[in-house]
Amino acid sequence: MNAISTTAEAPASLRRPRTGTGTARKGNATKIWQDRLLPWLLPVALILAWEFAAKVGWLSSRILPEPWAVARAAWSLALSGELWTHVRISAWRAISGFAVGGGLGLLLGLLTGTFKQAETLLDTSIQMIRNIPALALIPLVILWFGIDESSKLFLVSIGVFFPVYLNTFHGIRSVDKGLIEMAKSYGLSGWPLYRDVILPGALPSILVGVRFALGLVWVLLIVAETISAQAGIGYMTMNAREFLQTDVVLVGILLYALLGKLADILARALERYWLRWHPGYQ
Amino acid sequence: MQIDPVENAEIETAAKLGAGRGVGVRVRSVSKSYGGREVLKTLNVEIAAGEFVAIVGRSGCGKSTLLRLIAGLEQPSNGNLYFGAGDVKPEIQPEIRIMFQDSRLLPWKRVLNNVGLGLPRASLASAKALAQVGLEERAHEWPAVLSGGQRQRVALARALVHDPELLLLDEPLGALDALTRIEMQQLIESLWKERGFTAVLVTHDVQEAIALADRVLLIEDGEITLDERISLARPRARGNLAFAQLEERILARVLKHPAAQLDSALGDVSLQRTVSQVGWAI
Repeated sequence: MNAISTTAEAPASLRRPRTGTGTARKGNATKIWQDRLLPWLLPVALILAWEFAAKVGWLSSRILPEPWAVARAAWSLALSGELWTHVRISAWRAISGFAVGGGLGLLLGLLTGTFKQAETLLDTSIQMIRNIPALALIPLVILWFGIDESSKLFLVSIGVFFPVYLNTFHGIRSVDKGLIEMAKSYGLSGWPLYRDVILPGALPSILVGVRFALGLVWVLLIVAETISAQAGIGYMTMNAREFLQTDVVLVGILLYALLGKLADILARALERYWLRWHPGYQ
Repeated sequence: MQIDPVENAEIETAAKLGAGRGVGVRVRSVSKSYGGREVLKTLNVEIAAGEFVAIVGRSGCGKSTLLRLIAGLEQPSNGNLYFGAGDVKPEIQPEIRIMFQDSRLLPWKRVLNNVGLGLPRASLASAKALAQVGLEERAHEWPAVLSGGQRQRVALARALVHDPELLLLDEPLGALDALTRIEMQQLIESLWKERGFTAVLVTHDVQEAIALADRVLLIEDGEITLDERISLARPRARGNLAFAQLEERILARVLKHPAAQLDSALGDVSLQRTVSQVGWAI
């Protein structure tokens, strides 16, 4: 380019600074607006419309209290400490149910995925039980476990078990056979083969099962807590319904949504870390 | 001090073979059938230590099967394979490494850890092997970000880090572009000359076979129908007349057309004739 420019001027497009300041900055602002703020436009607009409708009187406070009332109810519950008790107990039930159901699902999935005999023995029975809706088991659960903590734990666990089991099984089975062959020819076998090839290969599928199960946990927890409970978000919501405290009911619902979202964020973060090698995450 | 003549003779033969680290392969009356279909029919081949043998043939002729039998990935239906001198199975299995058509790198391990697969722990040996294939600055990347040629180079480093006595190559360059293929061929040849292992290359590219090998075997319908020694000097120039004539002859043999008589008045029309004769190559 230097040789040419001695006789002719460089074309206009090349004269403009490459490290664009003006255009780039504008592009950045548009990007921030699109990525961070625009997704929130609709929810914020809905809340504002809701507030307006409640203030004007279109919405009765018994049907749907205004957002400000919900916020005040949440604040007073937080101040009295009730909120934290309920959240703590519900979260504890969710975590323990997820741990038991998810852990069992993982173990059995690994077992049936790895050993053909285990699959032959266990898989049919598990598939039959899977098709029973967990919530239809409620009367049986009450009969067997009574109405204390173990019934809730059982319900949540059985719901969480199946997605984790199925996805773990499928994950182990669909590990690339070429990779296993290569690893065996390079001297890996037994536990090192499992740890270095089969488990990491099954991990994407297992994580899908985990994320799915995390969503199910809250659905089952809500129902389990309405069977009969002395504490927990479900209890708080049911109690408030008895007293027509609709704003507290809404606080309960929003809490479930918030906790579910938190769990999903956690799962996504785990996935981003454990699957950072994946071409899809590059 | 006792003088053992047998021991002395063994040491002399070993010294004559040079500083190379190669092991001979004897294929004795090996046949392989898959569910009634006979893929290999009673093969007898002897590969000397440190020799570079290329196996060519059409798709489905059994060349990959022979390689997999030598690698121990499959067992012959009949016959035996012996390594080293004599027809007795050695107590210590020789170091055999195989390079596949797809690189088969573990996507969840970084490049350096992939090269060190099977080593007790990631050591200097992996870094040195990576340096030999020219990828030392990519040691801490995920395989997903590498190109096809780079991945095959990592796979080559992985195969060489164990200092193999026998290197098996199952069409490793088939999926690469032409330029990368030539560079990889030069790399493999230089490493083979440096280390002196025995190499068996399965390829459909006759030119590649002649460029690299001391001996070319042609497998047709499960039998070895051609065993040609290549006595061209290394490094082999593709434009060389002897090279081109050899390639023409073997290619015509593979395609089962008679080799054309060179029309000297018109100059070198061998390429034209080959092109016009090729109707169905695969």
